[in-house]
Amino acid sequence: MSAPLRPDLALIARTVTVGARVLDVGCGEGALMAALRDAKQVDARGLEIDGGNVASAVGRGLSVVQGDADIDLAYYPDQSFDYAILSQTLQTTRRPDRVVEELLRIGKQAFVSFPNFAHWRGRLSLMWGGRMPVTRLLPDTWYDTLNIHHVTVDDFRALVKERGWAIDGQWFLKGDKETTHANANLFAEHAVFLLRK
Amino acid sequence: MATIPPHEDSRFGLRRQVRLTGPLRLDSGAMLGPVDIAYETYGAMNADRSNAILICHALTMDQYVASEHPVTGKPGWWWRLVGEGKPIDPARHFIVCANVIGSCLGSSGPASIDPATGEPYAMRFPVITIADMVRAQAMLLDHLGVDRLATVIGGSMGGMQALTWPTLFPDRVESCIVIASTARHSAQNIAFHEVGRQAIMADPNWRGGDYYADGVTPGAGLAVARMAAHITYLSEAGLTEKFGRRLQGRNAKTFGFDADFQVESYLRHQGLSFVERFDANSYLYITRAMDYYDIAEDHGGSLARAFTASRARFCLVSFDTDWLYPTAESRVIVHALHASGAKASFVELSSPFGHDAFLLECPELNRVVDGFLKGGRA
Repeated sequence: MSAPLRPDLALIARTVTVGARVLDVGCGEGALMAALRDAKQVDARGLEIDGGNVASAVGRGLSVVQGDADIDLAYYPDQSFDYAILSQTLQTTRRPDRVVEELLRIGKQAFVSFPNFAHWRGRLSLMWGGRMPVTRLLPDTWYDTLNIHHVTVDDFRALVKERGWAIDGQWFLKGDKETTHANANLFAEHAVFLLRK
Repeated sequence: MATIPPHEDSRFGLRRQVRLTGPLRLDSGAMLGPVDIAYETYGAMNADRSNAILICHALTMDQYVASEHPVTGKPGWWWRLVGEGKPIDPARHFIVCANVIGSCLGSSGPASIDPATGEPYAMRFPVITIADMVRAQAMLLDHLGVDRLATVIGGSMGGMQALTWPTLFPDRVESCIVIASTARHSAQNIAFHEVGRQAIMADPNWRGGDYYADGVTPGAGLAVARMAAHITYLSEAGLTEKFGRRLQGRNAKTFGFDADFQVESYLRHQGLSFVERFDANSYLYITRAMDYYDIAEDHGGSLARAFTASRARFCLVSFDTDWLYPTAESRVIVHALHASGAKASFVELSSPFGHDAFLLECPELNRVVDGFLKGGRA
């Protein structure tokens, strides 16, 4: 009935437990929320910055609030969700570290997914071309990208360690397929972390 | 009563009026009785009575939400949202819209006859609140046999009533749509209303509200009140686009105080046409009710606490050019709903029309309301 989920979202959808309470931060038109509601009877709420996307999500019967992850997460009560999800949005926030802190305050666990800027294609582009990479997962040019905080798998791991968060799960994607943890910083196009405070 | 087809039951249909004995205990402590309520219903209740929608109207609107206004001959004020093939559809929904108490289109208000004196209440009508309006609506729903509302919806003052519903009757509301509204009247909101009230009371024809006998009404004062209020319903950009500094039917300024500018002429027309359809005392009472409105104040200062007993889904919509009840006011409600754990949706829609946008062409509004209503049935 609906288009297949983006690979990182499919992975998250598989992992979320049945009947959980979920906050999807940067939920877009609500593809993941709808999938979780329909397949796992999840009580899903969304936060989305774009009004058109919110209208679409509400139009499909989802509970979505227009707002900014950098500002509006502060208004959600502590531990009010089983999972807070931030998929491909981390790198667009003004203070990614504070946003993840908020996710872990609001949710018992937090999924964070992001494109890995240290993937070898990006490295090659910088090393040989001397140009900011434009790849399948990072399709925009440097001046019009929404990604204002490029991050690598190792950068993120370092942040997790520094803040003392626990990693309950980590998955790495190359195209639509999962890839190994070994050398993920070089070979993963996309990373998904499940964190706990 | 469910066995009577709706078309044979005199409670249902257009241009209904009912006298309920009451008395209704008001927030002021006063008792109001009997309580007259003028209303319309559209569509029919389904077998399990799960399709009832209550539409709450704004300050100067009425029960004619989707039928021709008997005085102005204009189509229902929310025909864009309510009607065949619209998000709120009599083919699917049982729709109720009632004139608020305090108003002048058939529900009890200052122009009604006080049974104690046989004369119009005028300013002896008790001061009412938004919550009182809602309690009167609940009495009407009792009369109609509606236990639960699938949705209560309203814009502006209608949104205030809609938002008040789940705080007073948490068991009767399954979902709530609040458009271009607020959880409390701000100092600025009160200030504008006070200008309007003072304009009415400064009109020598007002006479302490006792003008019904000879029919000489404080029309000049009411027109000024309407003109001032009307400015708050529009956006600066909208006014500029519609009128700019264009002159009205002349090529040069007259160096006088005639309506040189189109915007002056437009406002004068708005004021004059309003006087023909609205009672000045009702305007005083209803603006007062809005000024007293502050849901948090009624719940120990906590807006979130007002919704803890409610299981309703909420949908809030604001408009980016509405400076009367700006987006920030809707966000206050959204944050309180989050804190109370309620299911809430919120979107700020884009429109050039300011506060009035909720009454005007806005396909996005229809899409959001339609999706929200259908979402409850998924």
